[in-house]
Amino acid sequence: MREQKPSPWWLRLHALTVYLFLYAPIFVLVLFSFNTDRRNSSWRGFTVDWYHELWQDELLLRALFNSLKVACLATLVSTVIGTMAALALSRYEFRGRETVGALAYLPMMVPEIVMGIALLTFFIKLGIQLSIVTVVLSHVVFSVGYVTVTVRTRLAGLQGNLEEAAADLGATPWTTFRLITLPRILPGIMSCALLAFTLFFDDFVITYFTAGIGATTLPLQIYSMLKFGVTPEINAISTIMLVFTICLLALWSRLESDPKTLGR
Amino acid sequence: MKRYLVWGLVLPFVLWNLTFVIVPLFIVLYQSLYPMGPDYTVTTQASLANFRVAFSQANLEVMGRSAIYAGATTIACMLLGYPLAYYIAVYGGRMRSQLLILVVLPFWTSYLVRTFSWITLLQTEGVINRVLQALHLITEPLQMLNTHFSVILGLTYGFLPFATLPIYVSLENQDRSLVEAAHDLGATPSQAFWKVVFPLSLPGVISGSLITFVPAMGDFVSADILGSPRTQMIGNLIQQQFLALFDWPMGSALSLVLMLLMVTSMALYVMLAGDRHA
Repeated sequence: MREQKPSPWWLRLHALTVYLFLYAPIFVLVLFSFNTDRRNSSWRGFTVDWYHELWQDELLLRALFNSLKVACLATLVSTVIGTMAALALSRYEFRGRETVGALAYLPMMVPEIVMGIALLTFFIKLGIQLSIVTVVLSHVVFSVGYVTVTVRTRLAGLQGNLEEAAADLGATPWTTFRLITLPRILPGIMSCALLAFTLFFDDFVITYFTAGIGATTLPLQIYSMLKFGVTPEINAISTIMLVFTICLLALWSRLESDPKTLGR
Repeated sequence: MKRYLVWGLVLPFVLWNLTFVIVPLFIVLYQSLYPMGPDYTVTTQASLANFRVAFSQANLEVMGRSAIYAGATTIACMLLGYPLAYYIAVYGGRMRSQLLILVVLPFWTSYLVRTFSWITLLQTEGVINRVLQALHLITEPLQMLNTHFSVILGLTYGFLPFATLPIYVSLENQDRSLVEAAHDLGATPSQAFWKVVFPLSLPGVISGSLITFVPAMGDFVSADILGSPRTQMIGNLIQQQFLALFDWPMGSALSLVLMLLMVTSMALYVMLAGDRHA
């Protein structure tokens, strides 16, 4: 739909108000991370002290390290498993294909909190100690579905005639995959993996239920600090998280605008 | 040969989902049937006792509240999201994709961070109260935090991008010539909107409200951070049973009730909306 007439003023005002609603809390959060006032209620003056203090906070640094470790491992595992499933789903007809495809959506259909307590119960009943490992295993549940769905859509856009040609010329399936398919789909997979990383690196709910002592990630650390009220340190670490997320998204959109990502 | 290849490719994926989604959910079902005795021992006799407690007066109240919060959130998201989606789809022009990205961007940032960021604005010593006082609109600061309002606000803020996107897609895909035809046939702009544009965008409205209502119903973060014990939702009850009271069988029963409520409300909604649409 396209309209040439100028928009009515009230519609413009509404749009402006909603954007204000969306960004006001984020703006205030960032602003107050530079505030000299500890009580976080009124603006006193500009400082970057809180950011300096973050580097002294042993617990926070460990949480940051844990977050990155979890996100990297979970992305790696889910990208491999998810791409394999997506390849089968998009290239082959087989019995049970629909069911396997639907499986990818299953963890997203179950309420997050229920998935969280279900995984917690599962690990404890099996006598598995909660740790970084249980967090990674749980994160993969969500990101593997995500990777499968997005990579499958990517692969559906590619035509298989290069593979057919390779097979006609006598290449084994593995050789065809290694020399033809993989180089073509790799940038697209990287792009999907990056998005999964961005989506799950700051996950709170699932991590909250499946992390044991010593596996505190950044959102969990922020959550426990929040019990004592919002402080400028919390605003500062949250600002860093926001900036990090936005950088990842910018990187992703660079990847997406590259024709190679689409396999052309 | 090909069959082995295919199953080799999907096997890890299927096994992962079986082990970490299906099996845990069945364990939750099983666990809910064996209520916990008074001395923290699990009974060996299967019963529905947990479900009787799950539907007790106090819990029903919390469930009702969760449904009302989720409903209010959905309505708020529609009222905020629909005109915004309409503005972007119809008047966005060359800025359309940028305007859309601005709507979706907050969704990618941490939900926890986005929720607690409202504390600074809403608290009694917060930004909003200070501004209102400076403008002499109020003399005493308003109590906004720990109220129904703050929890619904948090939920609305969290799910607004979800709600807006499907509406945008349904408006974007509409054939512009239909509106022109309506105008040519003498319809006023408002008639053209309510008789042509809005009915055609209903699928977007329906899916937008579903993907707002369902997760809002099961949320516990907003009520935990912006609410008080008086604003508890089912999610908060489940969280308590698991991490504070350690009555996991009871928590499992509540989780199943939550899922049941979601499926029922989803089916009801689709039926009602589907009827009206047809």
